[in-house]
Amino acid sequence: MDRRKFLARITALGCSAAASPLITPVAFASAPWDARLVVIILRGAMDGLDAFRPIGDPEYAALRPTLLKDTIDLTGFFGMHPALSPLRPLWDAGQMGAAHAVSTPYRDKRSHFDGQDILEAGKPGIEGAGNDGWLNRMLQVMPNVEGQTAFAIGREQQLLLSGAAPAARWSPEAQLSLSPQAQLLLALVQGSDPLFQTASAEAIEIAQTVAMTAAQDAEDADMMMSDPMMQAVNGKAEHVQLADFAAARLRGETRIASFSINGWDTHLNQQGGLQRALRRLSDTILTLRAGLGPVWQKTAVLCLTEFGRTARENGTKGTDHGTGGAMVFAGGALNGGRVLGDWPGLSEADLYNRRDLMPTRDVRAYPAWVMRDLLGIDRRTIELSIFPGLEMGTNPGIVA
Amino acid sequence: MRFDATIAAVRFGTGLSPLFAPPINAGALVAELASAPQFEIAAYSQITPTMQQYQAAARASREARGSDDEAAMAAAFRTVRQAGNVVYNESLRATFARSVGAQIGFSARLQDFWADHFTVKARNVPQRHLITGYVEEAIRPHIANSFGAMLRAVATHPAMLVYLEQFQSVGPDSRFGKRRGRGLNENFAREFLELHTLGVGGPYTQTDVRELAELLTGLTYQPQRGFFYDKRFAEPGAETVLGVTYDAADGIDNILDAIDALARHPQTAAHICEKIAQYFVGQNADATMVAAMTDVFITSEGWLPAVYATMLDHPAAWDRTLRQIKSPLRFMTSAMRALGLSGAQVVNTNGRQTRELLIGPLVVMGQPWQKPLGPDGWPDNGADWVNPQGMAGRISWAMTAPREFLKTRPPDPRNFVLTALGDLATQDVIFAASAAEVRDEGIGIILSAPAFQRS
Repeated sequence: MDRRKFLARITALGCSAAASPLITPVAFASAPWDARLVVIILRGAMDGLDAFRPIGDPEYAALRPTLLKDTIDLTGFFGMHPALSPLRPLWDAGQMGAAHAVSTPYRDKRSHFDGQDILEAGKPGIEGAGNDGWLNRMLQVMPNVEGQTAFAIGREQQLLLSGAAPAARWSPEAQLSLSPQAQLLLALVQGSDPLFQTASAEAIEIAQTVAMTAAQDAEDADMMMSDPMMQAVNGKAEHVQLADFAAARLRGETRIASFSINGWDTHLNQQGGLQRALRRLSDTILTLRAGLGPVWQKTAVLCLTEFGRTARENGTKGTDHGTGGAMVFAGGALNGGRVLGDWPGLSEADLYNRRDLMPTRDVRAYPAWVMRDLLGIDRRTIELSIFPGLEMGTNPGIVA
Repeated sequence: MRFDATIAAVRFGTGLSPLFAPPINAGALVAELASAPQFEIAAYSQITPTMQQYQAAARASREARGSDDEAAMAAAFRTVRQAGNVVYNESLRATFARSVGAQIGFSARLQDFWADHFTVKARNVPQRHLITGYVEEAIRPHIANSFGAMLRAVATHPAMLVYLEQFQSVGPDSRFGKRRGRGLNENFAREFLELHTLGVGGPYTQTDVRELAELLTGLTYQPQRGFFYDKRFAEPGAETVLGVTYDAADGIDNILDAIDALARHPQTAAHICEKIAQYFVGQNADATMVAAMTDVFITSEGWLPAVYATMLDHPAAWDRTLRQIKSPLRFMTSAMRALGLSGAQVVNTNGRQTRELLIGPLVVMGQPWQKPLGPDGWPDNGADWVNPQGMAGRISWAMTAPREFLKTRPPDPRNFVLTALGDLATQDVIFAASAAEVRDEGIGIILSAPAFQRS
């Protein structure tokens, strides 16, 4: 479905919902805090060494005989993959950057699924990783959190926002319109089953909120597409719709949003695969920026992946699962135009297991410092409850 | 707790249907595995266009742009694309039909389980119409065979070798590797240990992954020939996987030996049995049931019918607490079954209805057809499906799709509640069925009730 049809459908839904006497108006409570945090999970393990290229490292070129082409020089030591070129103006404006040689505490087995669980759980290991996600634990310590303060967007279940604190979950293609009587009967048959009851009640509430703001969203979308940086962005692509939906929520009472971008597992012919994935990432960031308008200035976007990839190319012009990688960040609230982190080097002895980029910092330290400096959460709470086992270390100055 | 006909139909089959009586005993479930499947699905190697034909037509059309042949090549590519779409839609409908139109549906459930365990996803459009054919060729013939036989079939199937990139993994010291500077791709070796056999908690290390990747070099395929072993790709020298050394002198026999050894490994037995139990009865399946299944798996060398029979023989299989939650696919097929649709009706669904009533709703419910995120397939824990967006998809479909399928007004909800739920119907649902303002809502409420969503 294209965007206009989607919006038209949502608007139609809005009329029937608004006409119903049984529907409680959604409370637009005053926001508990003002900054916005968007967390994007790059599923499949982004090759940080190809996205942000250490061209100043003497070992690098030899490790990447076929992949190293058309680098955009950023700092002399680091360059950027050409597919990220649409983000160059944001880099120049200090609104986009990266943290390099980072990893979660996960080591050695290099499983995507365990790696993603640990990344989203924010815990030191896989033990207990399935229970809740760090973004949910962050919500648990924030004041005035309500049903739509945080949104997990997209079809798939995300551990990141799952847990005791309320968080909404929706994907742009979902819709729901029920008669008042049907709502009552549904509540009756699901009443004894909290799992179904909660999910259905939230579905009804979210569908109503989305419907109520649909007219405004349509206007904003028109303005957004006239933004010169959005010219090359395909508005119909799934990731753009997710970002667009996230921006629409974040303009309102929502403060936290999370979603995923897939397609990073580039074992084979990485050149093509990574280019497409990075393009999706770049389109996503540009869509958020354009969609958020002035709110972009108080927004932090963190893009995290489960691990990096092998320092060397493999036998099929790709890379296999590795350890250290990179985090991409963007947003007016952050201090970009820099590649953060201590560089470990790429000589064989510098590599982790003689194979992967050596992580020099726990990737959790960056969201941790964003929480402290942007959201005002104290360090002790972060180190004890949100990211147990993390030592935040020195302030990297990621928040502007 | 012993055999229960409603539970048998709902938990181990594809649901209650007005067209079929529920199974009379557990033996009937296992007996169904011996009958030939209805509703024909073309096997992978029989399907045209092949992936290569598809790619060749696309390339020819691209290269002819601007030349005199442009229109002809574009038309030829369109024909190939349409043929692919026909296969895609027909095999989707036949898969649905096998669930909707089965006597019991235990076979269809096992096909669903194993296809997910050995997930293959299309990496690009030219493969999209071939996935069901892979299941038909590598999975379905082995659901009542030994696990080792299925594992061999999967590990030597072109679709899996393409999906996990094994066919391009080359021993760096092999003849081909040295000449072309090509090397290993660990993808398949890792998922083989982590997902297909031992499980992620299994007793293997990165070194085992590497050695297995070296051992597996040579597994490849060619479009005309299908699967074959190409020793020019094979890494020379012995490889040691989980402490067993495979001497490379024997070529493919070494690989098959390693596959068989992993198929019989006690950790594989435990991993597979836990997963089967969970698929049917839900998270944290009864440990004694899993242990009994694992024992039988080990002593029978992975004879799957014996493993299933052991599960069905255990009292925990018949607990009337409904702890599993239907996947979107199961929810839809069981609802269609309860509505009295026949398999033939499903097969004859037209293109528009296939899109609007099957493919589209699966997306909203969170299970886009044959597109799980990765090789680990769909969530093991049914609770993962229950979220606002997924429920919006289920409820909307339940309220609107029945009338579209039946092409007439849906049945009286007061009767339908018993057809769909049997003796699992609760007083709340029976009341709600009678209190709905219109039939469609009544049907929708019944299908949205936890008593129908769970199994």
